[in-house]
Amino acid sequence: MAGIIKREQTLDKFFYGLTFSAAFLVLAVIGSIFISLFRESLPAIETFGFYRFVSSTAWDPVREIFGAATTLYGTLVTTFLALIMAIPIALGIAIFITELCPKFLKPVFGTAIELLAAIPSIIYGMWGLFTFAPLMGEYVEPFLQQIFSPIPVIGKLFSGLPLGIDILTTSIILSIMIIPFIASIVRDTFALTPVQLKESAYGIGATRWEVIKDVVIPYSKTGIFGSVIIAMGRALGETMAVAFVLGNKHAIATSLFSASATITVTLANEFTEADSDLYLSSLFYLALILLTMNFLVLAIAKTFLTRKGKVWC
Amino acid sequence: MTEIAKRKLINSGALCLACFAAAIGLFWLIFILSDVLRHGIAYINPSLFCKTAAPPGMDGGGLKHAFVGQLLITFFALLIGIPLGILGGTYLAEYGRYQRIGRLISTISDIMISVPSIVIGTFVYAIFVKPIGHFSGFAGSVALAIIMIPVVLRTTEDMISLVPWEIREAAFALGAPYYKVILQVVYRGAATGIFTGILLAIARIAGETAPLLFTSFNNMFFTTNMNEPMPSLTVTIYQYAMGPYDDWHEMAWAASFSITLFILTLTILGRLMIRWKYKN
Repeated sequence: MAGIIKREQTLDKFFYGLTFSAAFLVLAVIGSIFISLFRESLPAIETFGFYRFVSSTAWDPVREIFGAATTLYGTLVTTFLALIMAIPIALGIAIFITELCPKFLKPVFGTAIELLAAIPSIIYGMWGLFTFAPLMGEYVEPFLQQIFSPIPVIGKLFSGLPLGIDILTTSIILSIMIIPFIASIVRDTFALTPVQLKESAYGIGATRWEVIKDVVIPYSKTGIFGSVIIAMGRALGETMAVAFVLGNKHAIATSLFSASATITVTLANEFTEADSDLYLSSLFYLALILLTMNFLVLAIAKTFLTRKGKVWC
Repeated sequence: MTEIAKRKLINSGALCLACFAAAIGLFWLIFILSDVLRHGIAYINPSLFCKTAAPPGMDGGGLKHAFVGQLLITFFALLIGIPLGILGGTYLAEYGRYQRIGRLISTISDIMISVPSIVIGTFVYAIFVKPIGHFSGFAGSVALAIIMIPVVLRTTEDMISLVPWEIREAAFALGAPYYKVILQVVYRGAATGIFTGILLAIARIAGETAPLLFTSFNNMFFTTNMNEPMPSLTVTIYQYAMGPYDDWHEMAWAASFSITLFILTLTILGRLMIRWKYKN
């Protein structure tokens, strides 16, 4: 009897240790990702420093001068434009699902929007390259150019030959990819608004839109903010869809119709072709910068979304 | 116009915009899926699954090598990822529910779910491919496993947390040690949920391309040796789509169609299972 209890106690401890090490592995992995990326990028850090690397627009593999400014610019611009396009649509979708959609359609429509997030990014890339970019280059962009190019300052954004492989197309595709992330989190926070609050507003004669605008949205602003930041994290790290339609050109572009490069695309296209140690190390440096940005952005989103005691993501 | 009429007008205008936004969302989904379906279904044929690649520029050939490679890489990723994810999730829900370290790991896993997959590719390149000196299918599996572990871990944690504490107490009262309670009672209660988590994790990694670019790399030949560079469907789609030949593009569409169909089926199945299990 004592033997059995002893054995069970040992097994109990063993199982505890087993599960603990599996859980601890997550910390170990994220830690070693940071450490090993830092170690691999040391030569580039020593050669270029931080400020000089981030601010330099050079990307010259032949002369071995590398800077992150062009790719950082591409990453930030496409992410920013994608967010601007995605936020209103995603909010509209969330309003539609919580306030307007007939009850029996709610789960169907919600799942349909979430399927947009399940489509792998390489499919977005295929569709973008073969179907969407030609449409943009042939019809949409010349049309936009016609309208906007006579206007003095804005016209500059629409200059150049519209080919469809450019910042605008990429941002639109990115915006489609992040809509479901914002929409589904915002929908959940909308649904948490206390019914009493809404009913009091209706009681004093507010219209549906006024209830949404003045009660539901203010009540869920942390959720909205958090969801936008999560979507931003996604857009920053998106690789394959962008690799197909952005054109991988290292330059600071001022037109929406010019090709550009992001950190992710540069990694995808040049990593296996980097022929010198400094080149490879600079690519690792880019990866480290991307990881750090992404990690910070998501940590901010987490603190926003968990502050109210519920975790959505 | 009276004040009320104006407010009513704004109200209907805003609600129309919301409907319009919903229509846009639906439009993109239908546009993309119908496009993949239209292009893909035309090029699905038996030789796609039975033949390996023809030399570049030549007609014929198929993607058998890529299908097999994808299956192998995914299989080994699951072999690493599922047990680690489930065990880790068990710790978080059972032992670490109110511990600092448990909460920390849970938060970090949430963040890790969103770490760019290409960064994980560079990491595996640095710790696995570079020391060994060549690309390999195993490296691809490790990269995919790192991506799926946080997904499985978090769903397992959530699903185990839903199992009522009284059920465990009933088992304790019979004198069962904790590990037996977990293995035989808790897991049974959370099985559907954990299984759903695994389905969704498979759907997540099946479409990943970026982490495979520098790990399993690519290969035009049929191989089952996981220690060699391995072809995968997704990387092959990338290569073929960017290539110059029309029949490459056709095969890329066919592969895109198969992979989309597989992933959407898994995703919908997973959601239906969750709804069916936790209806109330």
